[in-house]
Amino acid sequence: MKKPYILDNHMPSLSRRRFIAGTGGLTFMISIGGLINGNWASANEDSEGSRTKGSNITVWVKIDSEGTITVLNPSAEMGQGSMTALAVLIAEEMDADWSKVRVEHSPIDPKIYGRPGWGGRGYHMITVGSFTVSGYFKPLRQAGAQARYVLLKNVSMKWKIPLTELKTEPGMVIHSASNRRISYGEIASFAKTIKEIPEIPEKSLKKPGEFRLIGKYVPRVDIPEKVDGSALYSMDVIVPDMLYATILRTPVNGNQPESFNEKEIMSMQGIQKIVRLKHGVGILGKRYENLLPAKRRLKVKWSKGAPAEMFDSEKILEGYKNVASSGKKGGHVLNQQGDADAAIQNAHRTYSSDYFSDHVYHAQMEPLNAIVSVNPAGDGAEIWAGTQSPSGAIKAVAKLLGTSPRKIKLHPCFLGGGFGRRSMSDYIVEAAELSKAVRKPVKLIWSREDDFQYGAFRPMCLQRLVAGLDADGKLIAWKHSIVGDGRRLLSSGAKIPFYDIPNQHIEILGLSHGVRLKHWRAVGHGFTKFAIESFIDEIAEAEGVDSYQFHRQVMHNSPRALKVLETAADMAGWGRKPPDGHAFGISFAERSGSLAACVAEVSLEKSSGKIKVHRIWSSLDAGIVVQPDNAVAQMESAIIYGLSSVLSERITFKDGKVQQSNFHDYHVMRISDAPEEIHVKIIDSNESPSGIGETGLPITGGAVANAVAALSGIRLKHLPFTPDQVKKALES
Amino acid sequence: MSIEFELNGSKTKLDPQPETALLWVLREHLKLTGTKFGCGSGLCGACTVHLDGHPIRACITPVSAVAGKSVTTIEGLSKNRSHPLQKAWIEAQVPQCGYCQSGQIMQAAALLESNKNPSRDEIVAYMNGNICRCGTYLRIIRAIKIASAEVNEG
Repeated sequence: MKKPYILDNHMPSLSRRRFIAGTGGLTFMISIGGLINGNWASANEDSEGSRTKGSNITVWVKIDSEGTITVLNPSAEMGQGSMTALAVLIAEEMDADWSKVRVEHSPIDPKIYGRPGWGGRGYHMITVGSFTVSGYFKPLRQAGAQARYVLLKNVSMKWKIPLTELKTEPGMVIHSASNRRISYGEIASFAKTIKEIPEIPEKSLKKPGEFRLIGKYVPRVDIPEKVDGSALYSMDVIVPDMLYATILRTPVNGNQPESFNEKEIMSMQGIQKIVRLKHGVGILGKRYENLLPAKRRLKVKWSKGAPAEMFDSEKILEGYKNVASSGKKGGHVLNQQGDADAAIQNAHRTYSSDYFSDHVYHAQMEPLNAIVSVNPAGDGAEIWAGTQSPSGAIKAVAKLLGTSPRKIKLHPCFLGGGFGRRSMSDYIVEAAELSKAVRKPVKLIWSREDDFQYGAFRPMCLQRLVAGLDADGKLIAWKHSIVGDGRRLLSSGAKIPFYDIPNQHIEILGLSHGVRLKHWRAVGHGFTKFAIESFIDEIAEAEGVDSYQFHRQVMHNSPRALKVLETAADMAGWGRKPPDGHAFGISFAERSGSLAACVAEVSLEKSSGKIKVHRIWSSLDAGIVVQPDNAVAQMESAIIYGLSSVLSERITFKDGKVQQSNFHDYHVMRISDAPEEIHVKIIDSNESPSGIGETGLPITGGAVANAVAALSGIRLKHLPFTPDQVKKALES
Repeated sequence: MSIEFELNGSKTKLDPQPETALLWVLREHLKLTGTKFGCGSGLCGACTVHLDGHPIRACITPVSAVAGKSVTTIEGLSKNRSHPLQKAWIEAQVPQCGYCQSGQIMQAAALLESNKNPSRDEIVAYMNGNICRCGTYLRIIRAIKIASAEVNEG
């Protein structure tokens, strides 16, 4: 993905021209469901043209006669590193020489490049939930093994020896008996189509002990271009004749523009067009700098009456307590086993606690933006965007234009952060709507203030936890009620599959406020695991049991989880005396199928209420880890992202309007507040891989809260633990 | 109004509206898109460039302010990623999404210009205006230490 400073939107993308113009060589057309050998260029023609050759075929791998291996990446690269990990999977089974591997974006076609969906339903090209490596783990290794088969078969025909006498070493096919070797590049120069390529079952793939790349240190392929400014984000795309655009959006979600001073704005320097949208007013011009004064001068009369107008987040959050106490029935039950209510009534001792959390904002560093060029006929478009959901974006733009998704071409770009925000296509559809109005390429740039004001946030909520213990101090009943808006966003992480509690009732008491909500890194796990882990710690403290030992007791049935917890405790030296004025807190959580635990070492400046997290010791069981150094980087990243949300991030609404506007009043963690050390230990495993990019996040809230409780006796029960909140708690 | 300045070692002459932020002139007029737009208010550091060797935020610097001066962007920091910081950034595998990293590297380059052997505290104080949402901070510190060691040996 070298940067083309100027893209010509009327020509095929640079990357595709590069493929087609590539030197003669061998091309493997491998789909998730099988492999067909054929011609790279024809398979890469626009989807309109290629479908006649059959669906479900594609190209994953190409080898040119120089031996360069090009592997296609079907996932969004937003910093999580799967662009490298997926290439490693193919290269591993191909026995490719990694130094010869290049990675390019795949076309957007889920039937071909998608990973198998949940429950076997369809194929998806959506990069969310830390599912990418786990979802592609088997199919891409099989694809790599089939590519290796094609190479072997060609050599066996050329040398007229049985295929079974051949073996491979990275980049080479070897025949030991005759002491002959031939490189993949040489094979590519004479290789022919193989008609029947067998399915390669999982049991024939390499065993973990045979891996040369998986589990080893492989530098990320995207990093070099990210140190010299050449990596291409959609913000960097410049298309000839494009117009720049900005949008003034309704400050209250759901209201619409009724009238605005169009004449005045059109008379301003450099303004070419004003477009009324359902939720705002778009301004277009030749230069971005001309749009900003026009946007400041734009006066819009907004309609009234959207439900969100009533939304005052602080007051409403306070009112959630009444909802939790109202005995409201008909909540959405997430888990029910035994009889939690009865068990609580008959319990020897009971505990109850309320936990609050505010809305938080993604704050991805690249503000939302997209370039869309709707064709003169208005029935097709090209898109340049960084998106977690390219097929969703294509569908949405096709719907807007009333055309077939095949007439929409999306050029994927690097994402300057996703974190769930870029799985929504709103910013791409906006750009398409503006381009549709002018039939020219339009580059829509959201300001940081736009990104806040029209954000889609992790929802606030109240969590009420009630527990019952028997006479032996064993947890026998657990009731967890979550009150708030955004049901599926709230339920994430509420279940406790690794805790052995016989009677459970976990439910959502749903409300609707009409504000914009969305998945955020680790979705609801950030607040649900904070509440669960705080509550466990609180009960342990009240019972006079060490929190780590209490955890172990509740987790006794889950050896894998126990090992994770014990590893983090050992790393920190749990039980030792912390440095003066510091304390330790422990926490465990599962996310995306992976298990993590951590110990946090914190101190607290009582005069200001400021919490400092000094050190984190964390452990991770994510099955087979394809890229260990990157897994460590992802843990560091998710821990810092988590700590940032735990210590300082909050979005509030008044009269439906977001109160924060930029990094001066929304505090994301800076280098001075980062822990001095983050230790990560990856637990060896031969289990299938599970997700990593979010797993470090849910463990942060509980660990910090529990450490503060150990230090000060104060239980912090409202995320985030801003200095003001902490001071209030200390004073009360 | 015509404005002349030196950009990455070459004389540059432009005719922009003088109040236009240097950021947009670099990115959209001159197509040097390595310098990033992050906040537009000098709060995040993604747009850090050097003005006569000092780090500035291009998003709040009117282009008129650079007239007659010398501007260096990430594209002008080195040829072939050869600056010790760029090599160290790769060695420590710093970038994730990468969007803030041009600004981080330019800020760090200014630090090493003025202090060849910064302590951890000095690094943290100097880099505190640059946000990395992926949280690569510990690797940034490591990379600056690696580069500092190379600079001192050389």
